Amino acid sequence: MLQAFVFLLRRDLLLAVRNRAEYMMPLLFFVLVITLFPLALGAVPELLERIAPGVIWVAALLAALLSLNSVFRSDFDDGSLEQILLSAHPVSVLVLAKVLAHWLVTGLPLLLMTPLLAQMLGLPAQALPMLLLTIFLGTPILSLIGAIGVALTVGLRKGGIILSILVLPLYVPVLIFAASAVENSVMGFDVSAQLYMLLAFLLLSLSLSPWATAAALRMSAS
Amino acid sequence: MPPSALLETRDLGCIRNDRHLFEDLSINLEPGQMLLVEGPNGCGKTSLLRILTGLRLADSGDVLWKGQSIDGLAGDYYEQVNYVGHHDGVKLELSCLDNLRLARAMGIPTDCDLDRILEQVNLYAEGETEVANLSAGQRRRLALARLLARDALLWILDEPFTALDRDSMGLFTELFEQHLQAGGVIVMTSHHEVTLPGNVVPLRLGQ
Repeated sequence: MLQAFVFLLRRDLLLAVRNRAEYMMPLLFFVLVITLFPLALGAVPELLERIAPGVIWVAALLAALLSLNSVFRSDFDDGSLEQILLSAHPVSVLVLAKVLAHWLVTGLPLLLMTPLLAQMLGLPAQALPMLLLTIFLGTPILSLIGAIGVALTVGLRKGGIILSILVLPLYVPVLIFAASAVENSVMGFDVSAQLYMLLAFLLLSLSLSPWATAAALRMSAS
Repeated sequence: MPPSALLETRDLGCIRNDRHLFEDLSINLEPGQMLLVEGPNGCGKTSLLRILTGLRLADSGDVLWKGQSIDGLAGDYYEQVNYVGHHDGVKLELSCLDNLRLARAMGIPTDCDLDRILEQVNLYAEGETEVANLSAGQRRRLALARLLARDALLWILDEPFTALDRDSMGLFTELFEQHLQAGGVIVMTSHHEVTLPGNVVPLRLGQ
């Protein structure tokens, strides 16, 4: 089972390397959106500092949404999904490998790019670690929840819009708590409440999402 | 119920777009038997195969494996099934070996070496080639190579001979024969005129 997990993870990472251009899109989107804000709003340091956490988090959320469809789309189209569903191993474990691969190629680059963009928006240095921590805790939640939505809509020809409507409401709590954690840390307040909530979301989605996704995939494939 | 039956269906029915594709279908397959599903396009051959794999739910009736319903068996049933569907289920961006390695890890691996398997399906020279550079027939051979990489009693094959040349068809018919002789079961559809080995049970749908 571990071997299948590792091979599937390795395969998806290899595929991401081969299809670099496609996987660069969300990251590029993330960088562009955040770069455009100072240009549109003017170089007012107080304003940019004020909106930085929100802007970065909204951009991260939309970038995650943009990248979601790739999780199961190609597998569904070329019949690999059937092979995953007919595997001797639990589908939830294989789903987890796919979601992990998805986070590594879409979530992790956002995390690495964030310090630069935070600097650009003039986010105070003391708030940067908190911003990185929320991105680190938050983006896996986006991938995990998103996987359920994709699994439900992958069988539909035009699932894109339904996917956004389905997934976005579930993303909102993450956005609220993550942005508020960073904002509080800018102002020097206590942030443990928000962090505990994020951590709870992460653990909850980590334990429930693979099963829900596996069940949804079975429905989509039939 | 005879205890020797491996795969069995009871009053199986399938409805698609308000049309009854088949009803009250009862099949009984014993070790060494091959079920050859025939019929015109759109008569439900693929639907039947997908129901037998468990990918699709039957609208009525049951599929039984060794006397137990496959819904309850789930993973214990899937490890006994090798399915090569309408799609090849291989990744175009990866090499033949990478594809086969994953396919083997997904089931119960056979002892057979991967290079040896590629040699058997005449793809040895293409081991490191990206599948995108292979012809349709070669891709089909790679998909069918899964049958040798995963140890399973039941082979479910949807048009396995599509795009294959005459030599390859002979090659795989021979493999099917070996599998049947080893006590396995095969369910397949085919539009090709081939002399199939062993104990073939024909099933005509769409009448």
